[in-house]
Amino acid sequence: MRLVTAILIYFSATALADTVLVSLEKDNALAIVDGQSLSLIQTIKIGRRPRDIKLSPDLAKIYVAASDDDAIQVLDARTYQVLGTLPSGKDPETFAIDPKGERLYASNEDDNQVTVIDLNSSQAIKTIPVGVEPEGIAVSPDGRWVVSTSETTNMVHWIDPVTLEVAHNTLVDPRPRAATFTPDGKQLWVTSEIGGTLTILDTASKETVKKLKFSIPGVNQTLVQPVGVLVDQNRRYGYVALGPANRVAVIDAQKLEVIDYLLTGKRVWQMAFTHDGKMLFTTNGASHDITAIDTQKLKPIKSIAVGHYPWGVAVKP
Amino acid sequence: MHALRAFWAITWRELLRFVHQRGRFVAALVRPLVWLFIFAAGFRATLGIAVTPPYQTYILYEEYITPGLTGMILLFNGMQSSLSMVYDREMGSMRVLLTAPLPRWYLLSCKLLASTFVSALQAYVFLAIAWAYGVQPPPLGYLKALPALILGGLMLGALGMLLSSFIRQLENFAGVMNFVIFPMFFLSTALYPLWRLQESSPLLATLASYNPFSQAVELIRFALYGQIHLYALLYTSVSMAAFLLLAVWGYHPARGLTAARRG
Repeated sequence: MRLVTAILIYFSATALADTVLVSLEKDNALAIVDGQSLSLIQTIKIGRRPRDIKLSPDLAKIYVAASDDDAIQVLDARTYQVLGTLPSGKDPETFAIDPKGERLYASNEDDNQVTVIDLNSSQAIKTIPVGVEPEGIAVSPDGRWVVSTSETTNMVHWIDPVTLEVAHNTLVDPRPRAATFTPDGKQLWVTSEIGGTLTILDTASKETVKKLKFSIPGVNQTLVQPVGVLVDQNRRYGYVALGPANRVAVIDAQKLEVIDYLLTGKRVWQMAFTHDGKMLFTTNGASHDITAIDTQKLKPIKSIAVGHYPWGVAVKP
Repeated sequence: MHALRAFWAITWRELLRFVHQRGRFVAALVRPLVWLFIFAAGFRATLGIAVTPPYQTYILYEEYITPGLTGMILLFNGMQSSLSMVYDREMGSMRVLLTAPLPRWYLLSCKLLASTFVSALQAYVFLAIAWAYGVQPPPLGYLKALPALILGGLMLGALGMLLSSFIRQLENFAGVMNFVIFPMFFLSTALYPLWRLQESSPLLATLASYNPFSQAVELIRFALYGQIHLYALLYTSVSMAAFLLLAVWGYHPARGLTAARRG
């Protein structure tokens, strides 16, 4: 009986604690951090130059873009065993998965296209030509739209997932780097690395609602390079990673105003929330660590060394 | 009873002096605030960042130097009280005090405690302003910092007292400024972490690590973030005991420099 209780406690405890998965671009590895103790548990060798990392909607699989292997690796989310690879096309950096977990959309920067992969058959079903150097990619929560941002064309390309064609383009500020839909699907937030701005688009009209410029007292404006962007589940706060400015901008997601800048490690790149949304993790490429931010108090609480050049981050409940 | 009355009298006098010299109060606050608002803002970007205990994540330079500036208040006040002792001696009130039928070490300790309380009070006012400025350690840290502030204040006050037993005239206070306060302050971890000093000069880093002021600052820094820095605690306590013993010895009429001078 005591054993059963012990096992139950063990499993309930592990069920509560989130696991933070971080891709290490230079170590060709995956760092696994305990979301409760905020400490590095282990590092697992994976494909070469891993960058974007995401969980399947059913949380059973982990997808990692192994850029130098020209493939997206599929890992078992429990054992971290490599289950196989997906034909992502050349040098995959970022990708997005549709809410049903049926398709994966990868941007191919060098070939100016988006590769669509069917996750059931693990086959590429189409390549969609987009602007020059596609980078950011996102799928709307209702699955109605797939957007790709092209860094050189400076456009958001709206792809219809039914026809798999570009249905609309919206011009944004220079070097659009990342895009995310608000959880209600009503807005698309796009960061421009060179423009130093965040453009908020209305999903229905595809027009700009507001443009936010970031400027931090005491930080050279050229260092303010917005990259990763996320909005919380209740659309209370949005977060923008500002790259070499070593800050995450906090935005009031209703009023669409910058309310704070939080200090992180160097070259802050991508972010992920814990399952309950109470914590946000950032990857800090140049200082080789991740920073845990308390989203209730809007305060960075701990930076954890993980390995060389952390790039992407995903949280497994 | 008698001893307690003496303690209150000395504390009262110290408080009165403090209240009456409002300029001194403001000056004692303005000094660290200038460092916080101007110096720290200017150096924010140049000092670079790294995570060092007790901090768990990256911090702005303002946050780093706040414990150091709190230490600065204790340092200046410790020295200022040594100045006041020289003044008291010149004015004769010291002689009156020391003729009280109580042990000399006791009277000197009372004087030390009294001025330390005043320093701690000023330190908290400074910390409150720093809080409003955005330097916000955990709330419990403010409570935990109190013993560290008292111990640090006592140590620096004892050093001041020791120095005052050497100083014959008020004018020599400028010397204390140049030869004690500035080297102690700049050659410490108040303004830059030890690893940063290590990068530019290992010798300076070593000297800074032996500087009792550094240890007092680290003690306050860790306490403010809820941690106890054992080494700093020991180092500060031992330094305090040593300075106090030497000061008591220095003030003894038959021994020390008072006697030597008279001779």
